[in-house]
Amino acid sequence: MLNIPAIRWGKPYDSLEKEDVVHFRTGEPIAQLSQVGGGILKRDMKKAQSARDALLEFSPAEILEKMATAGKLYLEADLPIGDGSQTPAAFVHAQSASTGLPEHMCRANMQKNAFVMQNMTQILDSLTRGLDLNILARGYGKEPARDVMLSYQAQSPVLGAVLPSNSPGVHTLWLPAVALQLGLVLKPGGKEPWTPYRIYSAMVEAGLPAEAFSLYPGAGGDVGSALLSSVDRAMVFGGQQTIDQYAGNPKVQPHGPGFSKILLADDVVDDWPQYLDLMVQSVFANSGRSCINASGIWASRHTKEIAQAIAEKIGPTEIKDPTDDEAALAAFTMPGMAPAVWNMIESDLAEDGVTDYTAPYGERLVQMERCDYLKPMVIHAETPEKQVASKEYMFPFVSVVECPQDQMIKKMGYSLICTAITGDEKFARELVNATHIDRLNIGPIPTHKVDWLQPHEGNIIEFLFRSRAYQSAPVQVAAT
Amino acid sequence: MASDTLTPEVEAAVKAAKDRLDAHAYEIVQWHFHESTGCPFWLEKKKEFNFDPLTEVKGYDDLKKFPLFEDEWLRGGPVRRWVPAAYQDKPIYVFETGGTTGIPKSRIAIDDFRTDYSNFSETLPDKYFPKGANWLMLGPSGPRRLRLAVEHLAQVRGGICFCIDLDPRWVIKLIKKGQMDQLEAYKQHCIDQAITVLTAGHDVKCMFGTPKLIESLCLGLEEKGTTLAEAGITGIFSGGTEFTPQWTRYCIEELFGGGPEESGIYMTPTYGNTLMGLACSKPVTAEEGYKISYYAPQPRAVTEVVSFDDPNELVGFGETGRVKLTTLTKEFFVPGFLERDEGEREKPYLTYPWEGVSGVRPFHGFASSTTVGVY
Repeated sequence: MLNIPAIRWGKPYDSLEKEDVVHFRTGEPIAQLSQVGGGILKRDMKKAQSARDALLEFSPAEILEKMATAGKLYLEADLPIGDGSQTPAAFVHAQSASTGLPEHMCRANMQKNAFVMQNMTQILDSLTRGLDLNILARGYGKEPARDVMLSYQAQSPVLGAVLPSNSPGVHTLWLPAVALQLGLVLKPGGKEPWTPYRIYSAMVEAGLPAEAFSLYPGAGGDVGSALLSSVDRAMVFGGQQTIDQYAGNPKVQPHGPGFSKILLADDVVDDWPQYLDLMVQSVFANSGRSCINASGIWASRHTKEIAQAIAEKIGPTEIKDPTDDEAALAAFTMPGMAPAVWNMIESDLAEDGVTDYTAPYGERLVQMERCDYLKPMVIHAETPEKQVASKEYMFPFVSVVECPQDQMIKKMGYSLICTAITGDEKFARELVNATHIDRLNIGPIPTHKVDWLQPHEGNIIEFLFRSRAYQSAPVQVAAT
Repeated sequence: MASDTLTPEVEAAVKAAKDRLDAHAYEIVQWHFHESTGCPFWLEKKKEFNFDPLTEVKGYDDLKKFPLFEDEWLRGGPVRRWVPAAYQDKPIYVFETGGTTGIPKSRIAIDDFRTDYSNFSETLPDKYFPKGANWLMLGPSGPRRLRLAVEHLAQVRGGICFCIDLDPRWVIKLIKKGQMDQLEAYKQHCIDQAITVLTAGHDVKCMFGTPKLIESLCLGLEEKGTTLAEAGITGIFSGGTEFTPQWTRYCIEELFGGGPEESGIYMTPTYGNTLMGLACSKPVTAEEGYKISYYAPQPRAVTEVVSFDDPNELVGFGETGRVKLTTLTKEFFVPGFLERDEGEREKPYLTYPWEGVSGVRPFHGFASSTTVGVY
């Protein structure tokens, strides 16, 4: 069994307190993960500038090259972790075993992370809108095409992140920080330490300085809180409560439910069967776990037929072993979570005008000895006011909502991703102006299809750097 | 008490301690259940028992005849029903525990807290807790025992105690509301006051602090470019379930800068509460992985580690169980109270020839509903 220490600026720290990372079906321990307290993290943060200084020893171009190498190593190499090492296959197996995510989905998420590392040059070119990265490294510089001074100030020497255990794909969000020469301070999820440790390992193997990285596994209330209070720029992943708690805190970028939606506008809705596969994929991909999965499909008519058709496609999905390439459902590995979710759904289903179109396909809640499953659900809501119209859960769950087009934008609420299938330019313009929509797709683009050359969930450059004025003039220095 | 692997010297000490405990238990039960000395609560409760404590309790093991002590009995008044008849004219204190939601548990006290801390004082090494040195008390006060107790400890050792208040009920409310920024601000407010006292020329050498506050104090002093040792502290006592081996290691190795010989700071863990008094710890060493084992102040209080299923069944040495407390003082009698903690049963040794408990942590059955580490 692997013994995985905390990492304090590149140095392993074997804690006296350890938690078992266990197999979600057998309960068998896979690894022992050191647990550290918030005090250690807070004290270590006094040396945060050293992490950035270590990365500033390399030029941005050198770092990008090493990150690309790291991406390849992450995908293909046997990499050290704790007192052992992991092949890519062993990594996928361990991740699936502790999170409940089927192995083929773990492999897909691995590709996603590797892609971002290997294509960081283009991603940053896009996120910075073509800015010379040396200007960010130095803090100022002239824009080549115009004789204009630019200055950007890093708002923190490191980026912190309190990471989740549910979806290994979210790690793509913090990866650019390294290329921007900011150190990383991570609190890995208790059930998914694998990705942050493997990325750390790959980066060090690729030649990036170990002292730029810290990983502090431990209790969220202690080490997670310490991270968010002592790092000047940090991300946190959690539920709506977490989002609300950190809303308005300029030091913290919270990531939670996406409430992503597909809108079928009046000009296309009669052709809805043409978009059925797109809707199904948006709801069903990655077992519905991501914030970029669609949790709402809104249209002014045909909504019952749409719900019926999606339910026919995903309602019969069976639970399969996570090693099976056909496995499409992820397990709930936290005891009591799936029954709690099911209770909330049952309460919503009790409302008039709400219909479960997956009811004919058998029981949705499946409880096993050490884990539970929720099978896909398609719910129809007659109006946007029904409670179910604003819900999102960590499994394939969608509400198909009947709503006149002229009320959609007003009533749909926040959407991380909004795919509006329409050729109606006026409607498209209104969507562009809607401030509660983050990523906007106009046309038949699945919600989970992410273009990495676009900003995602807030542009990380704007979060980490501040644009400011910088002027300089020559100074006459007395001869010595 | 099993003692099959103990040395003859320890075995003899264990037997003597058990004899003392039996005699003490008999005396305390006589006191609390006699009309002339007992308190209204126990005299009334006696009528419900199917045995006569005055004739049928001859030693410690007979205390099993009592039903388990229910902490609900301590919630609400009149509090005077707990005052023994013989002490009705004494000045009475009331100490509280809990109370974040609903009515707190209350116990009356007269001199017990002084006795507990006078006894504890005898265990402190004078080298690090010099007689006559002043103290800092950095922890909860208000209706809690701790402030008066630590103050008495300072006084009994010839010192004067400076106190910083902390209201754990407010802290728990902040945690439950998720107002962590407010929590940080409140903690900082307490630490600022502590640093002010330590840097004001009061010759403070000893202190009580909870683990989280000691940690914050050290970090706060570091921010100001100094250390706890430079501030003059040589002896610390601390306590609670937050006092884990890992925290102790971090504290000694990193915050203090090494063990007592290296850093000049000696820290002793304790495990105490309003009902028990103060349990002392076996010396904590790096060689033993900073393991913390507590021994109750027997015969005034006894802790046992019992089966989760049967509170009258001790677990084996080294095995895990729930902590059961029995308090045996003339002021207060608590037979068989199941604590909110669990731990491993430890063997007696020469300094404390009765069994102890290590690895104390919140009882796993409560873990999801208990807010721990409040201060």
